[in-house]
Amino acid sequence: MILSNAQEAKLIDLCKKFRKELIECLHAVGSGHPGGSLSATEIITTLYFCELNVNPKNPNDPDRDRFILSKGHAAPMLYLNLAEKGYFDMRELCNLRQLNHMLQGHPCAKTTPGVDLSTGPLGLGVSAAVGMALAGKLDKKKYNVYVLIGDGETQEGIIWEAAMAASKYKLENLIVILDHNKVQLDGTIDEIMPLGNINAKWESFGWKVIETNGHNIRDISSALKEAKQVKVKPTIIIAETVKGKGISFMEGKNIWHGKPIDDEHFNIAMKELSGGN
Amino acid sequence: MKTKQIRQAYGEALVRIGEKNERIVVLDSDVANSTKSCLFGKKYPERFFDVGISEANMAGMAAGLATTGKIPFINTFAAFMVLRAGDPIRSLIAYSNLNVKIAGAYSGLSDSYDGASHHSLIDIAFMRAIPNMSIISVSDPIETEKSIETCLNIDGPVYIRLSRAEVPYIYDNNYKFKFGKGNILVDGSDLTIIATGYMVHKALDAAKLLKNEGINARVVNIHTIKPIDTELIIKCARETGAIVTVEEHSIYGGLGSSVAEVIVRNYPVPMEIVGIQDVFCESGDYEQLLNKYGLCAENIVAKSKLLFSRK
Ligand SMILES: Cc1ncc(C[n+]2csc(CCOP(=O)(O)OP(=O)(O)O)c2C)c(N)n1
Ligand SMILES: [Mg+2]
Repeated sequence: MILSNAQEAKLIDLCKKFRKELIECLHAVGSGHPGGSLSATEIITTLYFCELNVNPKNPNDPDRDRFILSKGHAAPMLYLNLAEKGYFDMRELCNLRQLNHMLQGHPCAKTTPGVDLSTGPLGLGVSAAVGMALAGKLDKKKYNVYVLIGDGETQEGIIWEAAMAASKYKLENLIVILDHNKVQLDGTIDEIMPLGNINAKWESFGWKVIETNGHNIRDISSALKEAKQVKVKPTIIIAETVKGKGISFMEGKNIWHGKPIDDEHFNIAMKELSGGN
Repeated sequence: MKTKQIRQAYGEALVRIGEKNERIVVLDSDVANSTKSCLFGKKYPERFFDVGISEANMAGMAAGLATTGKIPFINTFAAFMVLRAGDPIRSLIAYSNLNVKIAGAYSGLSDSYDGASHHSLIDIAFMRAIPNMSIISVSDPIETEKSIETCLNIDGPVYIRLSRAEVPYIYDNNYKFKFGKGNILVDGSDLTIIATGYMVHKALDAAKLLKNEGINARVVNIHTIKPIDTELIIKCARETGAIVTVEEHSIYGGLGSSVAEVIVRNYPVPMEIVGIQDVFCESGDYEQLLNKYGLCAENIVAKSKLLFSRK
């Protein structure tokens, strides 16, 4: 979809709103993962609001595009998007991670409308996406399968098993987006387990590689457009991002991967997120 | 009530044994701040290896290190230890009886808010069925410390079942941890409650409640699930005539199954198994979650009374 200026402005506002709601929600429940939700805000929002062919009124439509949040810990950002789309009431967010409520700590396809695959243990999403994409080709369906993975997540061997399979089966209907925020849980990627030349790795596995700015909605949407024109091979979009994007004390810091947000940090964060508004 | 996090006690114990024994090396897979193996890493950076999010690789590396005489401790959440590192644990470590200590952090429902994908309710079942594997499941901070020291005396793989939870002290520093030997914590003659891990203090609470109702329950802590203390279990069956087991694990393949296997062969008595039924649980507050799924004193009492009436 070609993005108009008005649409772009709307999505920028939406991301602003999501960041605030994310912090409010995680602060209120005292649990959940801020860092990787903030780095993925523009990516997930662009997917839901100018890319995915999905219909909240018919969440199980066999012809819909699929989205898999393989880095399942960014669930709150997925839930905000799903609620805004109309899959369920925004008020569900207040009960995130609480007993007897729908929104699980990691996405659960069984309980939450709009979630295409349950995830949480890292590394599994791409293999399942390969299966979905393969089925799409078998059944001559038009849908695409989109997967968001973390950069740390690609340290799991199964990611590369899936990468080979996607290439073997020429899955042009599969688009992986890598949230390249350069930070994992225990530290930076370079400190914990360096990934080397990421582009060369994926290219050598037979993938088309597209680089983009993962916080720029226009860039993300044009990368997606380019990805859909690729033939006979799967595509990975390497999205350059910042972990904790938008909140100065969280940016680039592994400690904010999954740390509860106390009142003091909440107040600073909300002030920053409200700035220039 | 004095409490401490099991993971903190574990991390501190690693640092202590690391000081005395230079063969000890510690590996983690990007959860070192959660498992507290980071404490060892800060003290002995040259013997600490954080290999990123690659649990199978971590276990494979540990196997290789152990072949040279090193004593690797490998660390990740219990769920990923079993599900990702399971093959190298069985095929490399256990098959060759290599001296690797396998620390399963966040077992049971203790990583409660992360949800069913992170809960670990099948680890005992998996580890127990692997030849050469020993299993220790700790109930309090002192037992954690002592078992980490003791597992060094075993020349082979040991799975140590840890928890994220903050746990009340059951033991004091005089506690003599004996591998393979259960402890009678409260004596009683009407029935025996056999518990492990975080459920031990719940079993103690249940015994108090039962006492008010005129039932004298014996409480046993089985910290070594494999090899299990056959002698003690038979003795309890003979002396109390009924056994309730309590574990933060699936009712299939865990403590309850282990105890049942002993009593059906040796001295059959009525039994109840308190554990997680054949279901995936959900996100929520830890204690609320335990209560919902029956891992609480009230349910242990209810099951004990039912059992007592069958005697
Ligand atoms: C198999 C597995 N191992 C470990 C974890 C614990 N864990 C959750 S998120 C995370 C770090 C993820 O880093 P990255 O993929 O870079 O995600 P992001 O930076 O986007 O948050 C870890 C180790 C997990 N969920 N699954
Ligand atoms: Mg990352």
